[in-house]
Amino acid sequence: MIEIQHLVKRYGDKTAVDDLHFTVKPGVVTGFLGPNGAGKSTTMRMILGLDAPTSGSVTVNGKRYAQHAAPLQEVGALLEARSIHPGRSAYNHLLALALTHGIPRRRVDEVIELTGLGKVAKKRAGAFSLGMGQRLGIAAALLGDPQTIMLDEPVNGLDPEGVLWIRTLLTNLAEQGRTVFVSSHLMSEMALTATNLVIIGRGRLMADTTVASFIEQAGGDSVKVVSADSARLRELLLGPDVTVTGEAGSETLTVSGLSARQIGQTAADAGIAVFELSPQAVSLEEAFMTLTGDTVEYRSNAGSASQTGAPEGSVAA
Amino acid sequence: MSATLTATTGSDAVPAKRPDYKVTFGRVVRSEWAKFLSLRSTWITLAVAGLLLVGIGIMGAYRYDPTAMRGPSADAHDAVTIALRSTELAQLALGVLGVLATAGEYTTGLIRSTLAAVPKRLPVLAAKVLVYFGVVIVVATAGAFLSFLGGEPFLHGKAIALTLSSSGVLRCLFGAGLYLALIAVLGAALGMLVRSVAGGISLLVVLLMLLPVFLDILPSSWKPDVSPYLPGLEGGAGGSIIALHQESGTLSPGAGLAVLCAWVVVALAGAAYRLLRSDS
Repeated sequence: MIEIQHLVKRYGDKTAVDDLHFTVKPGVVTGFLGPNGAGKSTTMRMILGLDAPTSGSVTVNGKRYAQHAAPLQEVGALLEARSIHPGRSAYNHLLALALTHGIPRRRVDEVIELTGLGKVAKKRAGAFSLGMGQRLGIAAALLGDPQTIMLDEPVNGLDPEGVLWIRTLLTNLAEQGRTVFVSSHLMSEMALTATNLVIIGRGRLMADTTVASFIEQAGGDSVKVVSADSARLRELLLGPDVTVTGEAGSETLTVSGLSARQIGQTAADAGIAVFELSPQAVSLEEAFMTLTGDTVEYRSNAGSASQTGAPEGSVAA
Repeated sequence: MSATLTATTGSDAVPAKRPDYKVTFGRVVRSEWAKFLSLRSTWITLAVAGLLLVGIGIMGAYRYDPTAMRGPSADAHDAVTIALRSTELAQLALGVLGVLATAGEYTTGLIRSTLAAVPKRLPVLAAKVLVYFGVVIVVATAGAFLSFLGGEPFLHGKAIALTLSSSGVLRCLFGAGLYLALIAVLGAALGMLVRSVAGGISLLVVLLMLLPVFLDILPSSWKPDVSPYLPGLEGGAGGSIIALHQESGTLSPGAGLAVLCAWVVVALAGAAYRLLRSDS
């Protein structure tokens, strides 16, 4: 459980975090979304007490992080920036952290095994690839078997296998009743793993919601149908919670509230020939950009014909 | 803690027994000790300091020539001065070792992991000081003795020869170990204060070596009043600690030690303040 109350962080006259107020609950994965520079990392650093808030408060499991007798047992964190000495081996890095808490060496071996670092554990961490570095950071986060796991952009630099591994890990940790708080600037990634969503832009809270209701607000899932008699099909499909849109005289309809399977069955029962039936995924990335569009910190307008420009790092959409 | 766990796993589930972890100062010291042991650079720096200390001392005794008017022998009044001349160089290696211990954590980013594990912060500084003081005083004292004893046969029968039982010799040799250990701590404090390896080393060099030179530019009447209170060896507090005979205008060994300790305490206070008050 992470409770953030009216959190503000200013650097000079620049406000990095502006009156954030939300709670991260146990038992589910909570996605922490925002464009680059929105204040996600700063918020996470304040949760760990690395940065002091200008005003407001952050508590973890009811206390300020620094007041816990065994902080690594409360929160395990992977921060965005590397937090290792390149000259030390992965094993020795983890051991040094474990020793501060009296965590046994057995547990160090366990997290090395769990994160798949077995073969490189004795090598200098400075020689690690980005993906291996992320795994070492996650191993450190899991070291104290913490109640709350907080990961800043964990899939950065991971190969597809690694990304899948992270998703499974996060889901499992949440199922064990832990609080899982994960930041990302990619909506699509969060939609796959998170249940709850906290979206920030330029340090301000934009939405504190669930993935399901975010998708619904974004327009829900719809199905595109191209048929021989769209006017009659429209009549047959209409019902409570079903919306059908399409231009008069066109063969194409867009249906939401029904699955492709239901639509196909209805058409077949009525003897209407269907030429195309395709579920349309809502672009969550677009919905996310609409929400945070005005708050994007760094725009890349150079060379772009478009008036609005695109947020940096959002190519994946 | 266990309440949350029970609540989330259902009322009939037995709350998992959580291991009894806790941060204690002793454990932070063990962690810093493990960090010290697991870096090759610390071993190299320590070995270099030890070799300088012993090698230059013995070499000085071997090359000693009482008739020389210039060169290393010219101002050597006694065997201890020859044995401990190497302190001048060893202090740089050991001071840098101290700077690396703290500033190195900031330049690599390790400090974030360290402070996440020990968010009360001050125990980290205290443990580092303890570990580095402990290691350096052992290595440097051993080095000073080896330097003196290794040079003894070459000076045997000469006017400046001394033995361990000569008056003041033990004080000088132990003093050299203590001086170097305090310089390592000073380096650690400066490194934590400026959070940059380059900045920490520069500051250390300024304090130990450049300030005495800088004093020469100032009105000459200032020098006798200021110089004895500088931390370094050249006419400063450090020099008083390791010199067998006090030159006129320098402090007594005890007063020199007190002055050096004051420098270290001030630097540590600054480091502690910055550690507690600034974002990491």
